[in-house]
Amino acid sequence: MLRGVLGKTFRLVGYTIQYGCIAHCAFEYVGGVVMCSGPSMEPTIQNSDIVFAENLSRHFYGIQRGDIVIAKSPSDPKSNICKRVIGLEGDKILTTSPSDFFKSHSYVPMGHVWLEGDNLQNSTDSRYYGPIPYGLIRGRIFFKIWPLSDFGFLRASPNGHRFSDD
Amino acid sequence: MAQSQGWVKRYIKAFCKGFFVAVPVAVTFLDRVACVARVEGASMQPSLNPGGSQSSDVVLLNHWKVRNFEVHRGDIVSLVSPKNPEQKIIKRVIALEGDIVRTIGHKKRYVKVPRGHIWVEGDHHGHSFDSNSFGPVSLGLLHAHATHILWPPERWQKLESVLPPERSPVQREEE
Repeated sequence: MLRGVLGKTFRLVGYTIQYGCIAHCAFEYVGGVVMCSGPSMEPTIQNSDIVFAENLSRHFYGIQRGDIVIAKSPSDPKSNICKRVIGLEGDKILTTSPSDFFKSHSYVPMGHVWLEGDNLQNSTDSRYYGPIPYGLIRGRIFFKIWPLSDFGFLRASPNGHRFSDD
Repeated sequence: MAQSQGWVKRYIKAFCKGFFVAVPVAVTFLDRVACVARVEGASMQPSLNPGGSQSSDVVLLNHWKVRNFEVHRGDIVSLVSPKNPEQKIIKRVIALEGDIVRTIGHKKRYVKVPRGHIWVEGDHHGHSFDSNSFGPVSLGLLHAHATHILWPPERWQKLESVLPPERSPVQREEE
């Protein structure tokens, strides 16, 4: 009787470890479903939207300007931020508001990216904490699953003027 | 004839079953628990690679210890290079968030380490690309804690978490 229970427990533990490892590999190397919170990416992504993120672009260094990415927060490694890539390494970024008279630019350093939320009025992003290292990027969001009224690929940035002219 | 075909089918089935168990478990172990890496370069001399390019040390990298981003001053850690995400660098943690460090060769003489960041330096000052070049690094870039040297056998040892007294932070953030 005890041997039967012990055998069943070991089998259960074995299956849990096996499926846990498959889940880790899937999330780490392929992609997964993410729920976003906060107003900083409105109107593209609203609070409590569920989106699909893929991690292949990060591993193959294929993140481009205009991509929406999930990254680890530079000031809190346990939480994630969801923003759009405005500039890659070497790009010239306008750091002052477009309405300011004296404009100041800076260049994105090697190995870093400049992120901004689509809701420029209500977003804490690179304009506040500076460019973040590419190594903090976890994945690229490209598809919205929920709400169903907004199902499909994500729109381009509503702030096209923030992208630098090459 | 039918018997040998059945044998091949059963063999392929068993192989696939084993493959889909063994590969994810091994990959998860190497990503989450521990892995092994060869150290290149002279930035951590004399603690690592004292022989230069003749013999590179092989270290045990412990991911499990840093799963909650808990590091201590003096730990030797590996992290993703902030200047080149394809590369990992191995350095010693000198200061944690809130500490004030006296820098060597940095543009500012004293730097306060921001929230969520650490200050790392190689033991071989002057030959090290570390926080004195690129500033404090975000804890999110932390990869693993190097705990032991595994190869060559005459250099088997546990790597101690020792903070050189002359590099001690000017002011520490008390817990």
